Amino acid sequence: MGNRKRLTEYDMNIHIPTLAELEAKGEKADILFWVGCAGSFDDRAKKITKSIATILHHAGLKFAILGEEETCTGDPARRAGHEFLFQMQAMMNIQNLNRYDVKKIVTGCPHCFNTLKNEYPALGGNYEVMHHSQLIQELLKEKRITIEGGSFKGKKIVFHDPCYLGRANGVYEAPREVIINLDAQLAEMKKSRANGFCCGAGGAQIFKEAEAGKKEVHVERAEQALALSPDIIAAACPFCNTMLTDGVKHQGKEQEVKVLDIAELTAVALKK
Amino acid sequence: MISSLLFIILLAASVFWFSRNASKIRRNILLGKEYTPEGTPAERWKNMALVALGQSKMVSRPLSGILHIFVYAGFVLINIEVLEIILDGIFNTHRIFHGLGKFYDFLIAFFEILALLVFISVVIFWARRNVLKLPRFTSPELKGWPLKDANIILITEMVLMSALLCMNACDQILQSRGVEHYVRAGAFPISSLILPLFDGMSDQTLVFLERFGWWAHIIGIFAFLNYLPYSKHLHIILAFPNTYYSPQKPMGTMELMEQVKDVVAPNFIPDYQPLTDPNQPGRFGAKDVFDLTWKNLLDAYTCTECGRCTSSCPQNLTGKKLSPRKIMMDTRDRLEEVGKNIDQNGGKFADDGKSLLGDYILPEEVWACNTCQACVQECPVNINPLDIILKLRRYMLMEESKNPSEWTNMFTNLENNGAPWQFSPADRAKWVTENA
Repeated sequence: MGNRKRLTEYDMNIHIPTLAELEAKGEKADILFWVGCAGSFDDRAKKITKSIATILHHAGLKFAILGEEETCTGDPARRAGHEFLFQMQAMMNIQNLNRYDVKKIVTGCPHCFNTLKNEYPALGGNYEVMHHSQLIQELLKEKRITIEGGSFKGKKIVFHDPCYLGRANGVYEAPREVIINLDAQLAEMKKSRANGFCCGAGGAQIFKEAEAGKKEVHVERAEQALALSPDIIAAACPFCNTMLTDGVKHQGKEQEVKVLDIAELTAVALKK
Repeated sequence: MISSLLFIILLAASVFWFSRNASKIRRNILLGKEYTPEGTPAERWKNMALVALGQSKMVSRPLSGILHIFVYAGFVLINIEVLEIILDGIFNTHRIFHGLGKFYDFLIAFFEILALLVFISVVIFWARRNVLKLPRFTSPELKGWPLKDANIILITEMVLMSALLCMNACDQILQSRGVEHYVRAGAFPISSLILPLFDGMSDQTLVFLERFGWWAHIIGIFAFLNYLPYSKHLHIILAFPNTYYSPQKPMGTMELMEQVKDVVAPNFIPDYQPLTDPNQPGRFGAKDVFDLTWKNLLDAYTCTECGRCTSSCPQNLTGKKLSPRKIMMDTRDRLEEVGKNIDQNGGKFADDGKSLLGDYILPEEVWACNTCQACVQECPVNINPLDIILKLRRYMLMEESKNPSEWTNMFTNLENNGAPWQFSPADRAKWVTENA
């Protein structure tokens, strides 16, 4: 294998270059995969990251990552009220992205997506930013990838709208299209789409204990999803995934109900 | 003659008093900081036409949405009849528009149907608060005056509609008896149903009752107009400017703090030109109403306390203290307090040692927010409680260095490792090579 990096999750060899690596070779990527902190460091979220990489590779896209040069977009600091720290992070990232002349970015996380797309322009960072569910939708439409139901066929999948994908940016259809393409049964909670109910992570809440109350938000949301007796709860955000997984465990249902990302569903169902 | 005079005095007094209070509210709103509305005027008019005039966000909850449209349509359209009432009052005429003929009959019939729909809707609204006690109408922030305010509005509307229908019932009997002054005009599909109540009465009694209904209706409207500035019902006016000025950018976008950019950007851009005046350093974030924008303050006066925001807030629904509606009510209460202070101190605010944050809104409420924008999405008149919450956070964090202790770790990790957790930046791409 030499120095080639390997992804064994889906039994395939992928070399994922960094922008620096490509630059050294005088090459460029068509699209930058912005992995995000959860996707880089959290063991559960890394599986989602690998799924996204698998899909990008399968579609034959020339993509790269920033690797060690990637740092937090600053979103949690900004939502917590720490504008200084946010702007420091943002300016640093923008300087880096502009140096590599990045034009197009796909993110693995709706929070990175929202910040890069809506908040970086005010600081001089202008890119075409997509969330991975949007890119998957586009690849399916252009038939650059095809998926087949396989093990998901007929399964009941309930989709949870991440706030920063749905309400914040109006992306409701892209993740649902994946589920429909799997020949699975898409189930909707009463609170979905624009009325979606938060998983409890956003606003930097995942980094602190909840205030005193009757219940935790993620437990409530997991209950809403479990009330539909799904086989799978699908999300499109690593933080939603963590929160919902915790919520499902809280109900002792982790054996029956899996919490999976849209990218994981897609990667498993890719037609080879 | 005397009645015309009396009417004109009443009309003038009510317009005068209302204008006086309205200008105070305007002054209070303009205590807020600068705010530049986004979009072109055409886009803003469209937004207003859709959301305020067209009630587009009301119907996301179909029952209350449709009932509200009845009351709204009733209010707007029956006001055409109020115009006639005002002219009749000034010129001592009876149904001055009756020359419109068949169309007039249609209008009066239509207003009667609307009046009935308004009456029924308002009774249901009253029952939802007082009998069914829906959760969003029994929250702690509605105890006391807010509930009373709501009931005053609902009962006034019931009285107004009843007065209108009783007036029409007496009128049509007087018309059919050919009593002088009562020209034959109008069609009365609803008030004709209550004719048996009045049929046996003498002409004099009917004239008295008809006049009584007429005066009750118009005095009720004058009183209602002057009640607005003290009430949550002010939304019937302010919903229009508030939707006109509401932001158009994607909901998840936080406003850039220019004074922070002026500090941070020179580290990255050598020839950076500052955006703010360094000799006039503003406060970071908001501690009191003066630190909010005039749009935030307009939001506060526009809020009619319907509670759709709070009933969609994930933190509130799981029993936390945070309630977006309370954020708006507190902002208005504090602003009113500041306004009274200004009135009492000859036009200048005398420091009262109080502030919105701390005396009205507690840090515990502010820290709990998920920034999920459900409250922003829900508000039928585009109020943004989240914007105020985030400004309060910014103040606590950047001016007072106050935050939940766990966040300190998150900030430190972000600064040192470029990630909110304590991982080495060198491990960021480890996922590429490791086995799952």
